[in-house]
Amino acid sequence: MSTIERFRPLFFPRGVVISGVSVHPGKWGFLFLHHLVRFGYEGKVFPIRRDGAEVLERRSYRSIEEIPSGEADLLLVCTPTAINEGLLRAAGRKGVRAAFVAAGGYGETGEEGGRLERALVAAADESGMVLAGPNGQGLVSTGAKLCAQMAAPYPPPGRISAVSQSGNLLSSFGHYATMTGVGISKAISCGNSAQLGIDDYLEYFADDPDTAVSFAYLEGVRDGRRFFERVLRCSRRKPVVVLKGGGTPRGQSAASSHTGSLASDDRVFDGLCRQTGMRRAETLEEAYEAAATFATQPLPRGKRVLIFTAAGGWGVLCADACVRAGLEVVALPPDLRAEVDALLPSRWSRGNPVDMAAGESRETIPTLLDLVTRHPDVDAVLYLGIGIQAANAEVLRSGPFYPRHGLGRIVAFHQRQEARYAEAAKEVSERYGKPVLCASELVVTDRAGRNPAPRAVAAGGRILYPSAHRAVRALAHLVGYAGWRRRRGL
Amino acid sequence: MFLSEFDSKRLLREYGIGTVEEALAREADEAARRAGELGYPVAVKLCAAGLAHKTERGLVRLGLADEPAVRAAAADLLGRREPGEGDARLLVQRMVGGRRELILGLTRDRQFGPCVMVGFGGILAEAVGDIAFRVAPLSRTDALEMLSDLQTAHLLDAFRGEPAVDREALAAALVALGRIGVEHPEVRSIDVNPMIVCGDRPVAVDALVERE
Repeated sequence: MSTIERFRPLFFPRGVVISGVSVHPGKWGFLFLHHLVRFGYEGKVFPIRRDGAEVLERRSYRSIEEIPSGEADLLLVCTPTAINEGLLRAAGRKGVRAAFVAAGGYGETGEEGGRLERALVAAADESGMVLAGPNGQGLVSTGAKLCAQMAAPYPPPGRISAVSQSGNLLSSFGHYATMTGVGISKAISCGNSAQLGIDDYLEYFADDPDTAVSFAYLEGVRDGRRFFERVLRCSRRKPVVVLKGGGTPRGQSAASSHTGSLASDDRVFDGLCRQTGMRRAETLEEAYEAAATFATQPLPRGKRVLIFTAAGGWGVLCADACVRAGLEVVALPPDLRAEVDALLPSRWSRGNPVDMAAGESRETIPTLLDLVTRHPDVDAVLYLGIGIQAANAEVLRSGPFYPRHGLGRIVAFHQRQEARYAEAAKEVSERYGKPVLCASELVVTDRAGRNPAPRAVAAGGRILYPSAHRAVRALAHLVGYAGWRRRRGL
Repeated sequence: MFLSEFDSKRLLREYGIGTVEEALAREADEAARRAGELGYPVAVKLCAAGLAHKTERGLVRLGLADEPAVRAAAADLLGRREPGEGDARLLVQRMVGGRRELILGLTRDRQFGPCVMVGFGGILAEAVGDIAFRVAPLSRTDALEMLSDLQTAHLLDAFRGEPAVDREALAAALVALGRIGVEHPEVRSIDVNPMIVCGDRPVAVDALVERE
């Protein structure tokens, strides 16, 4: 069976059974049902409660036996460990092909829990079911309008798919997606990974046509060799961003050699990431921004960056960040310099960063963006300072003289222009197949949301990076992955 | 259990890794003969399976310039044998010159299995900490990237009058260590330490193979 077929009941179920549904709004069994309905799941929903009482204005079923056969593909398990093995087997007989076990009390609690977990896997295997969890927070599949989780958020649809050994971290990841609008295709909190491991999900994401980039948060892997080999295959097909937490302290066994004593878990894992092309992030926001950049920007052909900035300081800091990240701030080619010269007042920087020194006018920014992005010596463009004119316009707008003395006209003009710049950045990026990343702190500092630049970038389906450093960091992941592919002839 | 230094390097040579020229001898006369064949200056070490910490026990003599020096060192080293080391031989090596020293190694990670390491600093590697790992088997590309990962990778280029290191040879040695890890499950670990860069050529000067 293909992975697409195998995972379909989990991510595209025709109907969902929820065991252990509660009428108490604080209980998982309530929240699963609530979120499923609240976010518009269109398949049939079968809540199970022992008393068969109504819950959230719909009937419930006393047991799995009351549910019609062949109408549900997915079982969400919120009931206690003691009954779940039997529940899975009964669900299998009803045609259910996937189970997400949210319930805890399994391998994470010790030996007895481990035994129950193995029994759960056996029940799933024997029933031909895929088993996610146990001890997970849930899953979302925006293509199926499926919010089968007991936590927030239900992120907007997009092309990032995520798997996480921590449910909370997955929520945080989803919050970034909600904030920026660069959304999620599938996300799953894999819990103890009793049957399906991180690498199973990554393999599915690699096969899944709706996924452009995968993200994984992990603390440990069960079978390291298998993980290595599969991740290598996945990464050859599409980018994988990984964030690794803690892990167990190193045993003493290997310390008889120098090599062994130097082989910390972290160093070995870092080497594995470089070898497999997996992009390792240090923080969650870096991981999200890397994934979102892979999902929305073309891969660069090389590491030569042109910095396009409205003013000096940003460009200087950005150039420093590029060098530290291993990117090349390309020397401005003479032909490009001549072309830019014709468009800007003579005080512009005449080098890279291309610092317009506030010399831009009505048409120059879109034209300049096109020129610098088009040039064959430029692999990627970082555009700094979008929104600066509208920020000043806001001061005029909120002052005592607005809209008199021509202020009404100039404010409207700047607000329109910022949107044009954001659109131009996206247009030239698509036209020449090169990443063009815009950065401005306004995306987080403009709490009132009056500045049109962040909105315009988001409307184009891309991210406005909160600083040049964060844009550089994200771009470095694209450059690193593209180089890894190129050196392998991919 | 550790193979002798001689057998350790014999395994490396079988996999195409360049090692120092060396020969075994039973006693001082033979050691002097071998030294004459290899060419002075030489190093003489006591060599036996299971023999570790040679430097700490004073079982290594470097830079011996002539036959009397070799004979004196040989006699002294044989006198330092401890009970159970009666089979220990003398290992005579041609001295290798070079200012750049590396450490290469193989270890078995409990999660990811055989892993290959390269680091700068040779015997100082643990203090320097500039190292990179890969999971075996490695491709040539993996090995070349691994060298570029080192923060001091520029020391592999032409440096202070010394030529650029033959990176292909170094990468081939790393690939070979990975192959040993995959093809010899009984090998628990390998330290090649130091790997001295002689001219442009990396040469395994000391090596220790640990087997089940």
